[in-house]
Amino acid sequence: MKKTYKIEVDCANCANLMEDAARKTSGVQNATVNFMTQKMIVEFAEGQEPASVMAAVQKACKKVEPDCEIFL
Amino acid sequence: MQEMIESGLLIVVAVLSVILLLIGQRPSSGMTKRQKIMLGRILTATVLLLALQTLGSSVFDQLGAAGRWVRLALYLVDYLIIGYDILRKAFKGIRNGQVFDENFLMAVATIGALALAVYENGDYLESIAVMLFYQVGEWFQSYAVGRSRRNISDLMDIRPDYANIERDGKLEQVDPDEVEIGSIIVVQPGEKVPIDGVVTEGVSTLNTAALTGESLPRDAKAGDEIISGCVNMTGVLKIKTTKEFGESTVSKILDLVENASSRKSKSEDFISRFAKIYTPAVCYAALALAVLPPLVRMFALGLDAGWETWIYRALTFLVASCPCALVISIPLSFFAGIGGASKAGVLVKGSNYLETLSQTKVVVFDKTGTLTQGVFEVNGIHHSEMENAKLVEYAALAESASSHPISKSLQKAYGKEIDRSRVSDIQEISGNGVIAKVDGHTVAAGNDKLMARIGVDYINCHSVGTIIHMAIDGKYAGHIVISDVVKPTSKQAIQALKAAGVQKTVMLTGDAKRVADQVAQDLGVDQVYSQLLPADKVEKVEALLKDKPEKAKLAFVGDGINDAPVLGRADIGIAMGAMGSDAAIEAADVVLMDDDPMKISTAIKISRKCLRIVYQNIVVAIGVKLICLVLVALGFANMWLAVFADVGVMILAVLNAIRALFVKNL
Repeated sequence: MKKTYKIEVDCANCANLMEDAARKTSGVQNATVNFMTQKMIVEFAEGQEPASVMAAVQKACKKVEPDCEIFL
Repeated sequence: MQEMIESGLLIVVAVLSVILLLIGQRPSSGMTKRQKIMLGRILTATVLLLALQTLGSSVFDQLGAAGRWVRLALYLVDYLIIGYDILRKAFKGIRNGQVFDENFLMAVATIGALALAVYENGDYLESIAVMLFYQVGEWFQSYAVGRSRRNISDLMDIRPDYANIERDGKLEQVDPDEVEIGSIIVVQPGEKVPIDGVVTEGVSTLNTAALTGESLPRDAKAGDEIISGCVNMTGVLKIKTTKEFGESTVSKILDLVENASSRKSKSEDFISRFAKIYTPAVCYAALALAVLPPLVRMFALGLDAGWETWIYRALTFLVASCPCALVISIPLSFFAGIGGASKAGVLVKGSNYLETLSQTKVVVFDKTGTLTQGVFEVNGIHHSEMENAKLVEYAALAESASSHPISKSLQKAYGKEIDRSRVSDIQEISGNGVIAKVDGHTVAAGNDKLMARIGVDYINCHSVGTIIHMAIDGKYAGHIVISDVVKPTSKQAIQALKAAGVQKTVMLTGDAKRVADQVAQDLGVDQVYSQLLPADKVEKVEALLKDKPEKAKLAFVGDGINDAPVLGRADIGIAMGAMGSDAAIEAADVVLMDDDPMKISTAIKISRKCLRIVYQNIVVAIGVKLICLVLVALGFANMWLAVFADVGVMILAVLNAIRALFVKNL
């Protein structure tokens, strides 16, 4: 399952960091952060609950980039 | 003198931030809340710094021994106002094991400079000013990037906000997502067509510029198919929807454009890898700069160590090393390039494809529908054993099941409704033709290969075109000549490609050799391979791929309907005339929204311009950085210069990146 989330992040490098962080979160099959359109596209692994995975993703992202925002 | 320049700079910053704060009050400025807060902090810190500088250290000296520490406290407050978030981020970074980033660089550099100043009871201005100007630079970067990002997005935004539905004689605006297939929607002049459909009522002209970059309006009348994203210009149209909003052209295109910048190019990958190695490398270099020269001076040369000088240089080195300009401008350049291309009616599916496109040296064309109109007309009937009309009738019936353009033109020449019940046992032989039973007769319609296959002698034709040989009940019955019309811009397009630096143009076609050679000669194509089956085309492209040098890329241009495997095999697949053809949008890497082959060279030129800008940015950013670093290491530049070099290069790179958006005069 694939879902797109709106995000707010200020710099391209931070977007890359967020992408790395999201990819490493368990339950995430693949993730892409599009800095230019300010979107995060998350592909969830089979049988994962998006809401709980996204909470973990958000936590991981906040850790690498305190200024980022993911609108769930 | 130095003092005056410094104060002057601070005044400029203060005035600028007041002006920007005033601009930020207007909602149209697009400033985010965080940016406004940052501006406020910049203003406060600047004013406080100016005040402290004007007072001078002598005032504090009058307070006696405590004066030095009061002064330090005030400067520290100012430093924290402007830099607390950087310190916090640097601290968090260290705690999370991501030590080396630009926050860390700035924090170490300014704290270091501050410590040196405390030690000497000297000039605190420098470390605070460095932090201040770094923040000013960051602010401009975030504002400029945000601004241009929004501008480009707006440009590509063809998303319709609503659809009009008539209920009880009144128009009602609804979310296009909620409109079901088969509903009637009303599109008024000036509105965007929100969903694909068929016109049921009304006459109007449509502006397709947002989709194709083509400014010539199209006419629409009852019965015409209409695609979403066009702007209705003159009359009211009633449209019966044939697709859901999510399946409509406009949604597909938006989806494609929005995902485009997620596919990263090699240059972008290079930059993100570069940034990962670069920052730690610079940190170690700075450490070495701080420690090694004094040690060498002390032990090897027997001189005074000069620790302060070298630590200061090392700190300046850190400030000068920020990789921001690079990291921000490369993706922005690609984004602007993709935006500019879509403005010209060329959809590029990702930055990586833009990069490949710029290296294209071989362009392979499919003939039908790409260089030619793909509209075939019956131009002659020769050696017919029966009435001409009868022969066409048999041919049309035999080919009635095929969707090939040739069968369409036969049906058109026949001119009457096809009675499918007269045809049975249809057998399509790929690349040869059709054998079918019509009214009880076995009719074979196809090329010379088909005739050879069924063992019928045929008469060669002298006219150029596609020859449909006919055999009825195993006997030769003459042939029909169908020819295709070359597109008016094809010749120009080939010339434009040559002018754009494409070394070889190749045409592939399933058509007869003579037709193909004739067309190739007219257009000036270098190589032509004819009488190919779909599988042969893949093979030919593979052979061409093997032939060319490693660096030169091969592009295949097709109409996307039957070329999907070839489009996928080439280095880059370009589909033409994709308006409404989902298959083309799926299979190709670059989609030309209209049928004009001229757009191929336009696309290549756009990609070249974009890549040129990318390389300029890489070279200038890294070059200026290196020069600065060397100057700093040798002691020719101070921290001020380092910050200005950083901010200046960043702004230049962002402005340069925006240039990729302008594609008008290529």
